[in-house]
Amino acid sequence: MLLIPCPWCGPRPENEFHYAGEAHIARPPDPAAVDDAAWADFLYMRTNPRGTHTERWRHQYGCGRFFDCVRDTVTDRIAGTSRPRS
Amino acid sequence: MTTAPKFSFLNLLRHATGGAWSPQWRSPEPKSRYDAIIIGAGGHGLATAWYLARDHGLNNIAVLDKGWLGGGNTGRNTTIIRSNYLQDESAAIYEHALKLWEGLSRDLNYNVMYSPRGVLMLAHNDQDVRVFRRHVHANRLQGIDNEWLTPEQAKAFCPPLNIGRDLRYPVLGAALQRRGGVARHDAVAWGYARAASARGVDIIQNCAVTAINRGPDGAVTGVETTKGPIATGKIGVVAAGHTSVVMAMAGLRMPLESYPLQALVSEPVKPVMPCVVMSNTVHAYISQSDKGELVIGAGTDAYTSYSQAGGLHIATHTLEAICELFPSFRRLRMLRNWGGIVDVTPDRSPVIGRTPVPGLYVNCGWGTGGFKATPGSGHIFAATIARDDPHPIAAPFALDRFRTGRLIDEAAAAAVSH
Repeated sequence: MLLIPCPWCGPRPENEFHYAGEAHIARPPDPAAVDDAAWADFLYMRTNPRGTHTERWRHQYGCGRFFDCVRDTVTDRIAGTSRPRS
Repeated sequence: MTTAPKFSFLNLLRHATGGAWSPQWRSPEPKSRYDAIIIGAGGHGLATAWYLARDHGLNNIAVLDKGWLGGGNTGRNTTIIRSNYLQDESAAIYEHALKLWEGLSRDLNYNVMYSPRGVLMLAHNDQDVRVFRRHVHANRLQGIDNEWLTPEQAKAFCPPLNIGRDLRYPVLGAALQRRGGVARHDAVAWGYARAASARGVDIIQNCAVTAINRGPDGAVTGVETTKGPIATGKIGVVAAGHTSVVMAMAGLRMPLESYPLQALVSEPVKPVMPCVVMSNTVHAYISQSDKGELVIGAGTDAYTSYSQAGGLHIATHTLEAICELFPSFRRLRMLRNWGGIVDVTPDRSPVIGRTPVPGLYVNCGWGTGGFKATPGSGHIFAATIARDDPHPIAAPFALDRFRTGRLIDEAAAAAVSH
């Protein structure tokens, strides 16, 4: 079980959190303006790297807030967490 | 070309009276060029190579693996085989595989120990009952055996099962596929490797692919490996949890996320489990190997990872469910616990077929349940590569479905919750 440092609450066990996938995937501002390939890219395509991964978590059973986390997907070592960019 | 003699009664007798068995497959150095290269020497990759050689006359091919053959998910799964999926497309692919399982030992001249002992899927709440009964009806229309059992009938089929009404999630019924069962996972990899090698396929282990080379027209021209460059015009990527990593070498992003999936085995005991039991709701998968170990499948971790381990709380959760459903197993000790990296798609169905890169084919996204599909997956992927045209059963599973929106939703049938 990971020990995840919530940027607001400090280190808490993994089962207080909800994993929310790869970070910084922006919804196209005007969905009607993008073609099907770009929409599929937004919805489904993921980097899924072996190594450093920037991801989003939510402190579901704590403060309830989303934050960004940088984790190595081979060692599961967390390099750091930060409050999301607005 | 053949290194391994055919297994027969006469050969067994001959070797019983002296004379060592020879290696079951060759371990050649890579040639400078092949007609096709398969990346990943697991069950699916080796099966693909064998069907390419046997059915399509492609013998100048190689299977590359960064580790040893069958050392990934092929050697890490819980060996469950069934075909009672919901959607017609999935039922077709898994039933195709199941039919091949039935004759596989003979096809390969290698005992893969396929044992159709029945797969029981437990329903624990009203929603489960509705979903499984719908599966039973859908399967009947598809011509696939799947039947609904009452708790008492389930208990008669699987005596150690606890059908007490006082459970937190009591057994309300079960779907049974009698032709479902298990096979010996290592034997599947070894059997395909031996048969493919005998037909001239080069299986090159400890040879990691580090780059995919492409020509000016974008088509693949070969691969760079830790054993040097190899030229080829066709590459089939069958790299399971590491597919995203390999496809990134060709500049492609995939609709995949890789998660650790765990399994455990107990100390060996006398025969006690006559069938396979699966429960999605309380999350328990259990059968008994021929060695006597109880083979238990747990869930995936909540986050993507390549760690091949998995959190202990995930395994604990499954063991709690097992102990409630099978009180007589409570004092068994677990001997080993491991993880495999499974590549999960958004609709829980595999991706098989061509890619935007000419000459590059992919077979991935089998998620938590790829073992059962091994022969069918290899068979239709080989046809797709050989003809550069999707096999009819593979066609609906094309990568393009994520653009067209024709997804094949098997979130319920895929069973392992994720």
